[in-house]
Amino acid sequence: MTDPEWMAAIRALVGKDYGRVYGWDPVNVPMARQWAEIMGVDNPRYAEGKLVPPAMLQVWCMEGPTINHYPPGSTTENPYEALKLIEAHGYPSVVAVNSELEFDRYLAPGEKLYYTTRLDAISEEKSTALGTGFFITLSMTFFSQHAAGDEEVGRLLFRVFKFKPAHAAKPAMGTPVGPPKIKRPAPGISDDTRFFWDGAHAGKLMIQRCKACGTLRHPPGPCCPECYSFEWDALEASGRGTVYSFVVMHYPEVPPFDYPNPIGLIELEEGTRLVAQLVGVKPADVHIGMPVQVEFNQVDVGAPDGNDTIALPQFRPVVG
Amino acid sequence: MTSTRTFASVQAGEELPKLVIPITVALVAGGAIATRDYFPGHHDPEAARALGSPHIFMNILTTNGLVERFVEGWAGPDCRLATLKIKLGAPNYPGDTLTFTGTVTDRNEAGHSVEVTLRGANSMGAHVTGTVRVKLP
Repeated sequence: MTDPEWMAAIRALVGKDYGRVYGWDPVNVPMARQWAEIMGVDNPRYAEGKLVPPAMLQVWCMEGPTINHYPPGSTTENPYEALKLIEAHGYPSVVAVNSELEFDRYLAPGEKLYYTTRLDAISEEKSTALGTGFFITLSMTFFSQHAAGDEEVGRLLFRVFKFKPAHAAKPAMGTPVGPPKIKRPAPGISDDTRFFWDGAHAGKLMIQRCKACGTLRHPPGPCCPECYSFEWDALEASGRGTVYSFVVMHYPEVPPFDYPNPIGLIELEEGTRLVAQLVGVKPADVHIGMPVQVEFNQVDVGAPDGNDTIALPQFRPVVG
Repeated sequence: MTSTRTFASVQAGEELPKLVIPITVALVAGGAIATRDYFPGHHDPEAARALGSPHIFMNILTTNGLVERFVEGWAGPDCRLATLKIKLGAPNYPGDTLTFTGTVTDRNEAGHSVEVTLRGANSMGAHVTGTVRVKLP
C-alpha cells in the first residue's frame, strides 16, 4: 500500500534516538524474589542473592502505575511517540508481535540501570486478520551505571502492530468467562455429499460411483465426468491407501489446529484421491508413497457455544 | 532443580520435558504487578472487557518469565540465558492452560551454547513461539 500523506512526517522519525529512561529502584533481591515466586522460577542461585533472573531485564526500568512517570533525570520525550502520532490518524489498537531480549551478562543486586530507545522501523501499511495498520519496531539498549563509564548489559527489540481493528471491539457484558473454544469449521453438507458424511458417521469411507459406467469419483458431484450420467451410488472403500502428496502447514497458525499440521493427498486402493489430515506421524516423517489407513475421529465443529460434532476421516501410517 | 546440564551431554533434537502451567487470575494479575506492568487489561476485568477481551490477559513480561522458567528448569541453575526471542500469538486468559514444548535445535561448539526452539500453546493455539539460546558449562 502507498503511504497516506500524513505518514511522511511520522516516517521521518525512523532512526531517531530517545534519551535515557532510568529505573526507579536499583536491581534488588526482594523484587527478584517476588518475581521468581509468581513465575514459578525455583533456581536456587537467585535465592543466594548474587544475581537476578535475566528475563527481568525490562522490569527494572518500568515506570509503574502512572503512565510515562519516569524517574528524575529521564528523558521528557515519549519513546512511543510514533505510536501516539499514528493513533491520532484513526489507528486505536495495538498488539505486541515480537519481543527479542539479549543478555550480555546476568545482573547483580545494587546495579543501577537505564535504557535508551531507537525507533528502528515503521512498515508499510499492512492488512492482517486483526485489521489494517503499521508494524513498528523499537530497539532498547540497557546500561548499568559505573563511575568509570556505563556498561551495555543487554538489548530488547520490540515490535508492535498499531492498527484499525477489522471488527470493532464489542465490550462483553456480564461476568468474565473462560477463553472462547474455537472449533473446526463444520463442513458444508449438500445432497451430493451427504452420503460421505453419513458414511463417516457409521465408520465407513464412501466413494461415489457412477451407476451407468461404474467410474469412481471424488470429490463428490452430481454428474459423472466420464459418461455424464446423473445416476450414482456409493461403495465402501477399504480405507487403505498411500500418500500421493502432502503439505505441512506451519504459518499462519489458525486455531484450533496443532502445528506443524501435516495434510495428505491420499490415493486410495480403489484409485480415487482425497485430502485429509495425517495423524500419528511426525511431520518430518511423512513421505510420498507412505502406506496409510483411515480412521474416524469425533471432532467438535461449528459455533463455540454449540454442541455439534462430526466423524472426520483422518489417515494414520500403517505400522510394520 | 538439581544439577546443570553440560554442553557435552546435550544433543541436537533433544526434547525438553513438557511444562503445563494453569493460567489463573493470580498468575495474570500477579505476574503483571511483579513485572511492574499496571496496564489495566492485565488486572482489571472491567477494563479488559471494555477492550473487547473476555477476561484479563497475560502481559508479555510474564510470558518472558515463564519462558525463562521452562528453559532454565530443564538446563539447570548454572545455565546462562543469552537470548530470549519470542513471537506472540493467542492471548492467555484465566481458566486456560499453557503447555510448553521445546526441542534443542542448534549446538554452538565454540560458544558452548544450545538453542531451544519452543512453543507455549493454550486452547486457542500458540500463545508464544520462539527461541532461547542458553550457555552451558
